[in-house]
Amino acid sequence: MSFDPVAIRRDFPIFERKIRDGKRLVYLDSGATSQKPQVVIDAELDFYRLHNAAAHRGAHQLAEEATDIYEGAREAVARFIGAEVDEVVFTKGATESLNLVAYAMGNAPLGSRFHLEKGDVIVVTEMEHHANLIPWQQLAARTGATLKWFEVTPEGRLDLSSINSIIDEHVKVVALTHQSNVLGTIVPLTEIVNRAHSVGAVVVLDACQSVPHMKVDVKALDIDFLAFSGHKILGPTGVGIFWGKSELLAELPPFLTGGSMIESVTMESATWAPAPRKFEAGVPNMAQAAGLGAAIKYIESIGIDEIHRHEISLTGYLLEKLNEVPRLKVIGPMDTVDRGAAVSFTFGDIHPHDLGQYLDSQGIAVRTGHHCAWPLNRKMGVQSTTRASLYLYNTFEDCDDLIAGIHGAAKYFGA
Amino acid sequence: MMQLDNLYQEVILDHYKNPQNKVLDPNSDAQVHHVNPSCGDEITLGVRLDGDKVLSISWEGVGCSISQASTSIASDLLTGKTLEQARRISEDFLQLMQSKGSIEGDPEVLEDAVALAGVSKYPARIKCALLGWMAFKDASLQAEAKKAK
Repeated sequence: MSFDPVAIRRDFPIFERKIRDGKRLVYLDSGATSQKPQVVIDAELDFYRLHNAAAHRGAHQLAEEATDIYEGAREAVARFIGAEVDEVVFTKGATESLNLVAYAMGNAPLGSRFHLEKGDVIVVTEMEHHANLIPWQQLAARTGATLKWFEVTPEGRLDLSSINSIIDEHVKVVALTHQSNVLGTIVPLTEIVNRAHSVGAVVVLDACQSVPHMKVDVKALDIDFLAFSGHKILGPTGVGIFWGKSELLAELPPFLTGGSMIESVTMESATWAPAPRKFEAGVPNMAQAAGLGAAIKYIESIGIDEIHRHEISLTGYLLEKLNEVPRLKVIGPMDTVDRGAAVSFTFGDIHPHDLGQYLDSQGIAVRTGHHCAWPLNRKMGVQSTTRASLYLYNTFEDCDDLIAGIHGAAKYFGA
Repeated sequence: MMQLDNLYQEVILDHYKNPQNKVLDPNSDAQVHHVNPSCGDEITLGVRLDGDKVLSISWEGVGCSISQASTSIASDLLTGKTLEQARRISEDFLQLMQSKGSIEGDPEVLEDAVALAGVSKYPARIKCALLGWMAFKDASLQAEAKKAK
C-alpha cells in the first residue's frame, strides 16, 4: 500500500479538533514536539489503568507486568536503532541524556579515557541546540578543558575544511547534532567519526531531529553515544534515550545515584549495577517508556524509510513554493540533499513572532524565535526565524496552506 | 479575523512603522539592555531625569511589532511624568497585561497603551509587550540611584 498521510492523520485524535474559530489544524511544529497517535495514548493510559507497579521491584504480578512492559520498550528501542538491549538507557529526555554523558565524563577519575583536565579539548559545532552546547560549555568550565567548534557555512553546512586542526590529539569528545533543528542540515558523519576515533576521542550524537525521521543505525554510524527524545518521535513527554557502546557504558561513571543503580551498598560506599541500570537511578518512567515503545512499533508498522521518503518529497515541494514567495529567504540548504524536514525562513520586514501569530489565526502552527540555537542565528545573520517542520502526518495541502498563510500575512501587515 | 484585529490595533501598527524616540541618547543617566530569552528580541533603553521627573526616554532594538510598539508607546507616555506617576502608570499597564482580557484599561491613564489590551489574551505575547516597560523600570531605578549619590 502506498504511503497515505490522510489515513495516518486518522490515527491522531488531535487532528479531529478545530483551531481558532473552526480552522483545520495545520501542525507544522513537529520539530518542537510531535503529535501522538491513539496507540501511544492508550499504551500510557493502559499502564496506569492495568499494570501500574514499580518495575524491577516487588514480588507480585503487577510488578512483573510493569517490568515486562518497561523492558519490552527497551527492546523496541534497541531494535529500532540497531543497538544491544543493555546499551539503551531510559532518561527523562534528550536534555537529560546529553547532561548525563557530560556530567558522567566530569566524574571520570584521572586515568579514565573520559577524564578531562586543562589541555584537553571538547569539540562541538555552531549548529548545536542549546541542549548539546551548554552541557559541554559547563563541562569545559568545570574541568579546565577548552571548547572548540566547527563553523557553519553561509549555505548552512558544516565547514569541515579545518577538521584536522579542530580535531587534534587533545580532543577527548566530539559532540554534535545529526540534523540541525533550525537549518534542517543533515551532518555528514563518516569523516568526523573517523577523524575523532583516530585521535582517541568519543563521538556523542544529538539525534533528536534524525531518529524520528530517518533510519539511524548506531552500529553503521560507528558513533559512541547517542541521545534522542521520546516526545519528538510520537511518544510521550518525560522520556528520552541515552545510548552508548557497551564497553564505553561499562567504563563511564554514573551521573545520578540512588536506588536501582547499585550492585552493593554499605554505610561508607557503593558499587554500581551494570548498564543500563547504572544510569537509571530511582523508579523509572515506566508509563512513558511504554508509550515510547508503542510509538516505535507504530512507526515500524508504517516504515521509517517510507516516512523519510514522504518527508523529503514534502520538503522539496515546500522549498520550491517558498522560493517563489517574494522577499522570503530560507535559512538553510535549498535542496533536499542531506537535508531533513525542518525549514526556517525570514519574510521581508515581518517579524517571525508577528508572522507566527497571523498563521496561528489561520490554524497553522509554526515555531518562531531562535529555536534554542542562539549562536547559530547570530552566525546566519538573523535575529529570529519562522520554522515549519514536517512529519509523517503532514500533507501537500498543509504546505499549500502555509504558503497561502504567508501571502495573507503580507497583506495583513501591509508588507 | 476579528480576534487578530483585537491584537493588532491600528495604533500598534502605526507605532511599529513609526516608532517614537527610537534613537539612543548617549547622555542618558542610565542605560539598560533587556532581552526576551524565549524569542531573542532585545532593546537598549536610556532614561534621563530632571529631578524627580522623566526628562526623556530613548531606545533602540529589534523585535516584533508588539514589543516595538509597546516600547514606543511607553517612551511617549512616560516622558514628562514624575517617577511616581510613571511607576503608577507602569503598574496599571502590568495589571492590564495580566488581566487575560478581563479589563480594558483606563484611556485617561494609559492613553495609546490601552490599544495593547488585546495582548493580554495571548499569553505568549505578554512578555513582548512588557519588554520596554521592564527596561524603563530598571533604567529609571538606576538613574534615580545615581542621582541620589
